[in-house]
Amino acid sequence: MAQFSAEKLNKVNEIIARYPAGKQKSALIPVLHLAQEEFGGWLSSETMDYVASLLNIEPIEVYEVATFYSMYNLKPVGKYVFEVCQTGPCMLNGSDDIIEYIKDKLGIKVGETTADGLFTLKTVECLGACGYAPMMQLGKHYREHLTKEKIDAIINECERNAVTNN
Amino acid sequence: MGRKLLLEKAHVPGIRNYDVYRREGGYRSVEKALKTMSPDQVTEEVKKSGLRGRGGAGFPAGMKWSFLAKPEGVPRYLVCNADESEPGTFKDRYLMEFIPHLLVEGLIVASYALGSNKTFIYIRGEYAWIVDILEQAIAEAKTNGFLGKNILGTGFDCEIYVQRGAGAYICGEETALIESLEGKRGNPRIKPPFPAVKGVWDCPTVVNNVETIAAVVPIINITGEEYAKIGVGKSTGTKLISACGNINKPGVYEIDMTISVEEFIYSDEYCGGIAHGKRLKACIPGGSSVPILPANLLLKTAKGENRMMNYESLSDGGFATGTMMGSGGFIVLDEDQCVVRHTLTLARFYRHESCGQCSPCREGTGWMEKILKNIEYGKGKKSDIDLLWDIQRKIEGNTICPLGDAAAWPVAAAIRHFRDEFEWHVQYPNAAQNRNYGLAHYADPLPIATAPKA
Repeated sequence: MAQFSAEKLNKVNEIIARYPAGKQKSALIPVLHLAQEEFGGWLSSETMDYVASLLNIEPIEVYEVATFYSMYNLKPVGKYVFEVCQTGPCMLNGSDDIIEYIKDKLGIKVGETTADGLFTLKTVECLGACGYAPMMQLGKHYREHLTKEKIDAIINECERNAVTNN
Repeated sequence: MGRKLLLEKAHVPGIRNYDVYRREGGYRSVEKALKTMSPDQVTEEVKKSGLRGRGGAGFPAGMKWSFLAKPEGVPRYLVCNADESEPGTFKDRYLMEFIPHLLVEGLIVASYALGSNKTFIYIRGEYAWIVDILEQAIAEAKTNGFLGKNILGTGFDCEIYVQRGAGAYICGEETALIESLEGKRGNPRIKPPFPAVKGVWDCPTVVNNVETIAAVVPIINITGEEYAKIGVGKSTGTKLISACGNINKPGVYEIDMTISVEEFIYSDEYCGGIAHGKRLKACIPGGSSVPILPANLLLKTAKGENRMMNYESLSDGGFATGTMMGSGGFIVLDEDQCVVRHTLTLARFYRHESCGQCSPCREGTGWMEKILKNIEYGKGKKSDIDLLWDIQRKIEGNTICPLGDAAAWPVAAAIRHFRDEFEWHVQYPNAAQNRNYGLAHYADPLPIATAPKA
């Protein structure tokens, strides 16, 4: 089973050290982020059990948190996940059209992954970029003021990166 | 030009770096507070300033601090709420991204006042890149002796840690935030006990919004008394407004709460008018939870006075004809926008974000979304409008935390002020699929209510 590298384990211990003794469960959310980054962009039950063992808590305590927060993926996702905001202010600025365009362009529905495993499309609720709408999150960063041309460019960029990083 | 206390230096090149920030007068408030004031004097200064919590509720910050229990031998915690998730609100992000040291500086002073030796910034998980910016600023402050052990030789120790959330609007509610910080689901707690007595790890805790903490810096620098002179009435100091929707210049603006809503929308200094030369239909001035107002009631109160950008004027008339300052998330709808569709997106948001603890909210938010979807997509019945009204009434006030109210208010206000637009959707479902209701009478001047002659 996959395990954290020594470097990541250090990071985990550094996070645990922030809290009072015996309150290591507080590290759960940050450690789940680390685990999702390290182990393929999603949290399998094996990964969650591993995190439980690291923090010395019951696996159910990890499951109940992982299922509550929207950023944790509980099934495999593509290499690039488009998380497009659809709440009020983005809707006022045309997010509905952007979502339709991405669906057509990638040939997938919301929640699906392309056959080549490159792209997943998700719709999300307000990400706090309302003044720069429409927008989406891609990895660690936001892509804002989206247009159809920008979507084309982002898809090209991802495809190029996928080739060079393989 | 209004006075700027928070963003004045936000665009000085390199202000993200300690050296530039310090050269521009940064960290003076830490020196002043730690070297010349007692913790209680700092709290007193914040009380005098009249600063109200900038997260949305508007509770006096100094009073909140003074409620903090101080039992002997028990650690106390300051937690900064950077979970900014209210639709329309993106001011804290702006402040943290452009001038992160201002938040760090405010946190050191506030930690000193409250006696917090370990202070946490709980930031929404999606703001991942801002975590790096904040951690860089914290590391620089520490290198320069403003954090760590024995700060400035005063014997005060303080560390600041940044903790990411993972996508949950509810974690902006302070007890849900505390649960989340403890590694649990973000289920709000029943109050009392209040966090000031029993917060994170059962210790006394103060939770303050990013902007509230940042405002402590100018308060200490210029004194609470001077700060209270800015603004009007109980709306003291400056407020960050994040403006979005159908305007020419969306963005974050610092206002001193003396300008009118009309000036804020149409002046080139702020929103620059409605985009594409269109007319104003409606606006939600304080984040998605606060009541939407049609153009006529937004610009003038029911008494016919100019509506101003401050706590009192925005709430003038109560919910019947007014709204709220809230978080300062200012969402503008132009004449071609559909209020039903916009309300539907908000109802969907609250259904998605309900934590599920309380039945009225868990079930009610789902019903409201379904009914609004039916109305929007031409399958609505006339009785649906009354049913929506009934459901929102049954959510409001019947839940552990304010998310229930936050979900009920946008639906209630949309029906209160735009009932004919809802009725049109039900009556002409085919037309409503092809075009919007438009501006209708929503910008027409209203008759001014006057007292009957004796």
